[in-house]
Amino acid sequence: MAEKEIDEHSGIQTTGHVWDGIKELNNPLPRWWLITWYITIAVSVVYMIFMPSWPGLTGYLKGTRNHSERENVAIALAALDEKRGLQMQQLLQVESVAAIENDPELLNYATTAGGSIFGDNCATCHGSGGQGFPGYPALVDDDWLWGGSLTAIQQTIRYGVRSDHDETRYNMMQAYGGVLSRDQISDLVEYVTALSGREANEAAVGRAKPVFAQQCASCHGADGKGDQAQGAPNLTDGIWLFGGDRVTLQETITNGRGGVMPAWTDRLTNEQIVALSIYVHTLGGGE
Amino acid sequence: MLDRHEFLEKRGLVLTVAILITVAIGGIVEIAPLFYLESTIEKVKGVRPYTPLELAGRNIYVREGCYVCHSQMVRPLRDEVERYGHYSLAAESMYDHPFQWGSKRSGPDLARVGGKYSDSWQRQHLIDPRSVVPESIMPPYKFLDEKPLDYSLVENWLKANRAVGVPYTDEMVENAGADLAAQVDPFSENYDAFMARYPGALVRDFDGDPRRITEMDAIIAYLQVLGTMVDFSTYEPEENYR
Repeated sequence: MAEKEIDEHSGIQTTGHVWDGIKELNNPLPRWWLITWYITIAVSVVYMIFMPSWPGLTGYLKGTRNHSERENVAIALAALDEKRGLQMQQLLQVESVAAIENDPELLNYATTAGGSIFGDNCATCHGSGGQGFPGYPALVDDDWLWGGSLTAIQQTIRYGVRSDHDETRYNMMQAYGGVLSRDQISDLVEYVTALSGREANEAAVGRAKPVFAQQCASCHGADGKGDQAQGAPNLTDGIWLFGGDRVTLQETITNGRGGVMPAWTDRLTNEQIVALSIYVHTLGGGE
Repeated sequence: MLDRHEFLEKRGLVLTVAILITVAIGGIVEIAPLFYLESTIEKVKGVRPYTPLELAGRNIYVREGCYVCHSQMVRPLRDEVERYGHYSLAAESMYDHPFQWGSKRSGPDLARVGGKYSDSWQRQHLIDPRSVVPESIMPPYKFLDEKPLDYSLVENWLKANRAVGVPYTDEMVENAGADLAAQVDPFSENYDAFMARYPGALVRDFDGDPRRITEMDAIIAYLQVLGTMVDFSTYEPEENYR
């Protein structure tokens, strides 16, 4: 090391390097910073002793605490189960709507738990308030495709609609495009429009009457009021799953419909499904 | 001690050696675990290589940069397991090259999205996310629905994956094109052979248009298989604590 030299302008020692007459000042890192850095190195050594750290040839250094994230989450989930256990068990015993309505505390618990499950899993299709989207039924009204009782709702959640579960609810709105002529379908559109109490071409309605009786009534009923046992929608109430305007009706009859709701029985626990069904039931239209 | 760096900084050779040693340690820490992958990857039942159609969908997923906003990694944390399901296993991405764990969640994690929503929801959501999720900030991917899937190179996709360790057999590579088409047609002649090669694969028309195979078919087929392969009924979590 060359002799120390103090820069006359700044009063700081130089490193002794000179480039084209320009000298480099020796401004070391702040001492507090350096000390903190050395401390972190010391802490990392302590960490290595206790926690998993270095890889070896056949495994890794596990550390004295034998720390496992996977074990920790299992413990945390078990603690959660224990905390929820009592009320979840009570939920499984719920047999009727009246039973839960008479227990405000449990009802509150069920709707809170159910609401959170709904937000994670159901809101994506049915909307965050259960308002529904075209093709995804609204859950806030009292118009049910497959029934709005607690057990019916549970059945639907558990096994889905046209899902790949063996127990799934299933029906099929056939595509009539190849079965009926264009004119017959146009007439049916008028007929269905009239069914829901709107103005329609009377001649067309008259022509469609026998066609409806023959093709549609077996599922939708002779009066068009639907059949929950078959999941056939009520056509008279002005509530439409895919839309009730003439263009959409034409499309529905021509191409058929068949929305899919997945089965949740493998994804949610039995308790969660019960809580969810109570939540959906309270959304507005439970039977 | 605080001034000792001068010793290193003024001696080029010593500094070079010191840098080499430091970098080597970092390298070993990252590379060494690769030598005992056998013990890193859990022994599970059900995980199979992607079908050609799923692989095509995966290529689209990578091409469109889905991983920039969506992770595929349910971490072993209580709140994540509560929301998404079982934490991700190493075995679930052992045939992913490169893996799609991601590091950012502008959208939700997709590691277990398979089977959670219907095909038609996935299609509608990709075409116009806000038509089903009004608060979504995801861009629309309508063009996937309009673009026929170009799978002229599908055999090479399988070969490339085989080169990095995915156990595709010669039979799988030879039939890749036929298998891809078979997965969107439940009535194809190739159905049984396809199912034998890829047990548990979903066979249906994913995009709702049976007349052609679109990129939408591929991406939905891929999304619907995510996180569904492992048979958790036979999985022993305690044996795989780490």
